[in-house]
Amino acid sequence: MSSIDFDVAIIGGGLVGCMTAYALRKRGRSVVVLERGHVGGESSGVSFGSLRLQGQHDAELPLALRAQDIWESIEAELGESVEFVRHGHVHLALNAEHHARLENNARQCRAQGMDITLLDRDMTLRRWPFLSGEVVASSWSSRDAVVNPRLVAPAFARAAQRHGAIIREGVNVLGVEHGGGRFSLHGRTGDGAVEIITCEALINAAGAWSGTLAAQFGETIPLFAAGPAELVTEPVPPFAAPVMHVVDGSILFRQTSRGNVIIAGHPRLSVDAEARRSRVPPDKIVTNLARLVAIVPKMRAHHVIRSWTGIEGYVEDMMPVLGPSATTPGLYHACAFSGHGLQLGPAAAVAIAELITDGATTMPIAPFDIRRFFASGQPRTLHLAEEFQDDVRSPHIGRG
Amino acid sequence: MECRSRLLQTPALTRIVIVGAGPAGIAAAELLSRASVEVTLIDEALHPGGQYHRAPASGLNLDMGRLLGAGYVEYKTFHKDAAAVCAKVDYRPGMLAWSVHGGAVHVASRSATQALGFDALILATGATDRIMPVPGWTLPGVFTLGGAQALLKDQGCLIGRRVVVCGSSPLLYLAAVQYLRAGGEVAAVIDTTRFLDKLRALPDMLVAPNVLSSGLRHLVELKRRGVKIVHGATIDVFEGEGRVAAVLCTLPNAAPLRIACDAVAYGHGLRPETQLAELAGCALRYDAVQRNHVPDTDLDGRAGQGIYIAGDGGTIGGGQAAAVSGSLAAAAVLRDFGLSTVDIDLAARRRLLQRLRRFQRGLATAFRWPSERAMLLDDAVILCRCENVTFGEVRAALDQQGGTAEVNRIKAASRCGMGRCQGRFCGAGLAEVVAASAQQSDRERDRLRVQAPIKPLPISLAMDVSP
Repeated sequence: MSSIDFDVAIIGGGLVGCMTAYALRKRGRSVVVLERGHVGGESSGVSFGSLRLQGQHDAELPLALRAQDIWESIEAELGESVEFVRHGHVHLALNAEHHARLENNARQCRAQGMDITLLDRDMTLRRWPFLSGEVVASSWSSRDAVVNPRLVAPAFARAAQRHGAIIREGVNVLGVEHGGGRFSLHGRTGDGAVEIITCEALINAAGAWSGTLAAQFGETIPLFAAGPAELVTEPVPPFAAPVMHVVDGSILFRQTSRGNVIIAGHPRLSVDAEARRSRVPPDKIVTNLARLVAIVPKMRAHHVIRSWTGIEGYVEDMMPVLGPSATTPGLYHACAFSGHGLQLGPAAAVAIAELITDGATTMPIAPFDIRRFFASGQPRTLHLAEEFQDDVRSPHIGRG
Repeated sequence: MECRSRLLQTPALTRIVIVGAGPAGIAAAELLSRASVEVTLIDEALHPGGQYHRAPASGLNLDMGRLLGAGYVEYKTFHKDAAAVCAKVDYRPGMLAWSVHGGAVHVASRSATQALGFDALILATGATDRIMPVPGWTLPGVFTLGGAQALLKDQGCLIGRRVVVCGSSPLLYLAAVQYLRAGGEVAAVIDTTRFLDKLRALPDMLVAPNVLSSGLRHLVELKRRGVKIVHGATIDVFEGEGRVAAVLCTLPNAAPLRIACDAVAYGHGLRPETQLAELAGCALRYDAVQRNHVPDTDLDGRAGQGIYIAGDGGTIGGGQAAAVSGSLAAAAVLRDFGLSTVDIDLAARRRLLQRLRRFQRGLATAFRWPSERAMLLDDAVILCRCENVTFGEVRAALDQQGGTAEVNRIKAASRCGMGRCQGRFCGAGLAEVVAASAQQSDRERDRLRVQAPIKPLPISLAMDVSP
């Protein structure tokens, strides 16, 4: 059997895999992306589409800001639209505890040089008169933006291809061997043909399914799958320019340029990563609509036309696993983005590409080292009950 | 003790839900009500009948006898039976079944939503018009055949004064006859099916002589009243400024024909409403004769996991087949759940159903879905009317995509199928454009994946829910 040789192989053609392929081609490395389904066909295409900066954790914010630099010129660079619009992000507080969170977030963001405006109830309602009196305060961040996530991975895949990357869809990686400083991948195509690909560096960008490959090299990523609950309405006349986001994540919405209102709301759903099946339960749809109407009463006059979710990979500290393997030279992880893959993606891709080509990166990725799971210490404090439904399967989140 | 065991065996413990009160749903409910099991019958409309036996809106005194002619006896019998059945079961009109999830049907009225748990679910969801776009098809005055008929039967309204009925469907003749009877003028019936193809399908159609003869009666009535009928024409354009004013077509001898009108009713047969079946987890398969995706069932309608499919929502078969399949599905439920049996001749009904389906296969072969049109239509023609997406935009998305083309990806890139109807009307055309680009005319067509809600859901219904 013949084998094809590349400098780098990337397992997973989601947005991170495609962005990394693009970044590597710009640095002259030969690259193949192996995607078992379609490019961007899993969680990459199903997210809310927010490039949110405010409220990001301290550890992530420096990388998030570097990512935003890239996002802000991405359409010129790719030569096509991904519906990037910088119209800011509003965190809403519905009670005193939320309000305290806004103030805390604002302090952290301002420390990183971000432009944050805190508004009291009156100022909030004057600026966005469609909001109800449930809102007690808000925080406005001007640099945050949105993109259409459906378009992102395919656009990067095309850009990578134009630069000479090979994007292979419908290829299932059956096994990976490592020896003599090289990896050897056995892939099976849709028509059953088996092919061998060899490479010097291997990138694990397999999203919710990244744990399997890591485990094969003796590394445990405490990964679990969950899905966002997304809804979309029929197009309605323009009213809400920025992303509106109750700070506990219980409801967030934005209006697309077409007029549709996209609605999401945590906690995230349990999904079946094995069967690759995911749906938003009807009671969740109704609950989120009720939450929406509570803060935007005028939405009651409209209709919701579709729901969807996807299979995202999470870890308990809600930060990506990004960087070299702790066991295997040449293996890199770019996974477990915990719902932040869209925003962080371009910077994560550059970080991995730099690590492979230069052996070091200027990107601030130290907090995302896989070894953090082996180290003892105080875990990051999170509101996990807000983030995940009780039935989300996690080996690490203690239940009842 | 004896009392308790009787309680345990009482059929009321088996929760049976039927969605749809057309011929299939009513036949299923009728049989189950005879077996004295408890049934909940959900229907989106305010009156039983479905599309086939649609009744006028309350308070409207329409002369249905005149409209339906020989079909009136069947209509009257249906509504008499349906009224009796609806009185015996838990009948809930005006309810949209918007999802099936976790062993429950989720139903909504304008102001509330409710989960109805079931042990057995009979989906009798019927069909809608299947459309291949024509230049000008989104002009005001252009209706689908089914839409035009619904307006007539439900509201007593004509879609125009001078109507062209056209497309590829046996319903052309029925719709045209009903328009004449209602006092409308039918400018022409333009049937894109060649007369020869209809003759070729005769052997299959002879298995159901009653249905065939009612179709022929319509043809004769149209001829007698001097309606122009064209066979084997190609529809080129629905022309007009602000409203349709004429249909332009090309006759089989290549001569152009222009027919002035102020309204058009058109369609290319029917497509089953399979969304709830898909959400319920039923496998769908591509039927290469009907060129539709249909739930995979046995002859009685079993689709696995307590799900049963009856009527046109399973396989397009017409009103009579729907009623037969409804009773077969109900009998299958009784049997599968060990409930009381009802004395009907299952074997005879299965034979009848097979005969009626063979007839429909004949119809589907004769009145072909014009898949090749998707390749020929100009880039400027609108494919997705909800999102105003043209054939050209879909083709550009296909070019950009390269590699394997698949309808759900093209939807994501072009917005085709992303609007209010969620691809129920553009999905069939989209599948053809994608197949044409892959030059795989024999390949199974793709289909757009469904998600809840299956139809637009009013956000107001969440008002009573505490957030």
